Amino acid sequence: MFHWLEKNPFFFAVGVFVTIAFAGLIEILPNFAEASRPVAGLRPYTVLELAGKEVYKKDNCIACHSQLIRPFKAETDRYGQYSLSGEYAYDRPFLWGSKRTGPDLHRVGNYRTTDWHENHMWDPQSVVPGSIMPAYKHQFKNIADLETAYAEAVTDKNVFHVPYGDDIQPGKKAWEAYKPKVLAEAKKIAADMKNQDVKDAVAAGKVPEIVALIAYLNSLGSSRYEAKK
Amino acid sequence: MQSNAALEYDYSVAKLFTYTTILFGFLGMTIGTLIASQMAFPELNYLLGEYGTFSRLRPLHTNIVIYGFTLSGIWATFYYSAQRVLKVSMAESKFLMFMGKFHFWLYFFGALAAVVSLLLGITQSKEYAQLEWPFDIVIVLIWVSWGIGMFGLIGIRREKALYISMWYYIACFLGIAMLYLFNNMAVPTYFTSGGLGSIMHSVSMYSGTNDALVQWWFGHNAVAFGFTVPIVAMIYYFLPKESGQAVYSYKLSLLSFWGLMFIYLWAGSHHLLWSTVPDWMQTMGSIFSVVLILPSWGSAINMLLTMKGEWNQLTENPLIKFMVLASTFYMLSTLEGPIQAIKSVNAIAHFTDWIPGHVHDGVLGWVVFMIMAALYHMAPRMFKREIYSKKMMEAQFWLQTTAVVLYFTSMWIAGITQGMMWRAVDEYGNLMYSFIDTVEVLHPYYAIRALAGVLYLTGFLMFAFNMIKTMTSSRQLTEEPQFRSPMA
Repeated sequence: MFHWLEKNPFFFAVGVFVTIAFAGLIEILPNFAEASRPVAGLRPYTVLELAGKEVYKKDNCIACHSQLIRPFKAETDRYGQYSLSGEYAYDRPFLWGSKRTGPDLHRVGNYRTTDWHENHMWDPQSVVPGSIMPAYKHQFKNIADLETAYAEAVTDKNVFHVPYGDDIQPGKKAWEAYKPKVLAEAKKIAADMKNQDVKDAVAAGKVPEIVALIAYLNSLGSSRYEAKK
Repeated sequence: MQSNAALEYDYSVAKLFTYTTILFGFLGMTIGTLIASQMAFPELNYLLGEYGTFSRLRPLHTNIVIYGFTLSGIWATFYYSAQRVLKVSMAESKFLMFMGKFHFWLYFFGALAAVVSLLLGITQSKEYAQLEWPFDIVIVLIWVSWGIGMFGLIGIRREKALYISMWYYIACFLGIAMLYLFNNMAVPTYFTSGGLGSIMHSVSMYSGTNDALVQWWFGHNAVAFGFTVPIVAMIYYFLPKESGQAVYSYKLSLLSFWGLMFIYLWAGSHHLLWSTVPDWMQTMGSIFSVVLILPSWGSAINMLLTMKGEWNQLTENPLIKFMVLASTFYMLSTLEGPIQAIKSVNAIAHFTDWIPGHVHDGVLGWVVFMIMAALYHMAPRMFKREIYSKKMMEAQFWLQTTAVVLYFTSMWIAGITQGMMWRAVDEYGNLMYSFIDTVEVLHPYYAIRALAGVLYLTGFLMFAFNMIKTMTSSRQLTEEPQFRSPMA
């Protein structure tokens, strides 16, 4: 049979394809319906948090930070309750990471504050002496792309049926109407910060990346579903 | 395989890809050395402002070495060896020649644009699949043009039976096509939101645990079909060609090919042990990873036994040395991987530096060594000149071998130290170390790894220099060398 296959490239290619596709069919497909169910009461990310998630992706935090607490005592002691599948239901993409040069962040919102993040992102060594993390001062200047984050929320709602409210609708008009809500949320974060340039920018309707990022980091943890219980 | 004197093979496309292999290899390894140094000396993060942090540069390093260096190497060797094993010249078909050149130029400009987009931070944040959807479309076009070239050549072949190398190139083509398509399924938000925001942005079709499953089914097997399968294709062609020895066993090559095809895909979930992925999938990933030793070692042993009775060549020909060491590192790496995939070992190893250590003994020792050896073998035949310097090749071999050993030993120690410190508890059951303790203790190992990077990069520069000299100013050859590559 193998000699025959080697002389018939078409059937050879079909044979190879079936052999390699087999594992995916059995291992990946069956899980889809089950694992995408959210834990009870989980709320979707707000638009500001989504913009923060984009900053997290852009500066590629997953190169050094995981968002997956494994079910070991050493990990739950350090980071809190181990991660549940349903907590990730609204994470597109998943941001578990594969390397912990720095600590896990899946519940960082449970034990760090806006103030802590502000100091840490500006100068990590001032908060954690000996840290090898670089400063991310450009996040205090760069303006977050709120419109793209809103576009993502619209997509999540309309394509993937993520339970956003009726005020999330496609089109420029809907976005203009929604924008004040995002700015109000940003102002709350900025109120807890001390950097005057950031406060001024937010007051002028421009949200620096750091504000969105802190909103996102604060949302990581059990606050997104425990508050509703 | 006999040489066919009547047929004049056309190497114009193979040459183009040879140049980009050298270019992207230099670029990717330079960035790699820089980011390795940043972990030891964090001040190096501020060389390029926002664009120079470790986090921004790391995907640039991985993408350039995988999709720049390795893919170029795969295609350079493909456009060289496929003609020869199929006994047909690219020059015989204007269409295939055009497709080959189209393939190259689309790839080259696509790759440059991709580099810029990663520097700007435009990313899906899925490892090794960072590029956003417009790039994915370009990549599909590049892939399809390779497919047309490959199956076109097969269509007009004179040698009816496909040689082993061709099996692996076909598998590389099909495997990556399937994995890449499914993992990059995403919805561009611009079109679903009535024209809001950035046109580059997209949302993954899968969420959370499902996304993780698809991503690591892709991630692990991109390694399989990018770093293993086509590299095995190379060694099956170039080792017998360089040594003049026949492949040791046809049956063993059959067993390891079909075994590898069937088993590799199951192993992806070993990247997700102890995660929220269902337990049975984790166990499957673990078991199949261990079974994977069989076909991997099958190929490697087949290659080593091909040298049976001719081991003296190892001392006389540095090219054989590169290939034999590549096989050996392949064996080391494919034993180390399954060990890390055992659940209890993984509990310590996962998230630590042992993982990059494992990746690099595979890629530096196996992938890069094999690609360099293949290009060294091709150079005298493509450029009709002898290899510029044997001495330099010897020196390069030892320099880079030292570098690989330094790299993986330092990362073994770093990884296991880290893993043990994270879980260490005192007599009352409290954690013994704060996280920063586990970072500070690694400094010497990061410094050693950075040194390993500098050594390896130096070796690669010697390779590049040797190749460029071979292309331009080495002694010309009057006829094509039969087996052993001539070198000065």
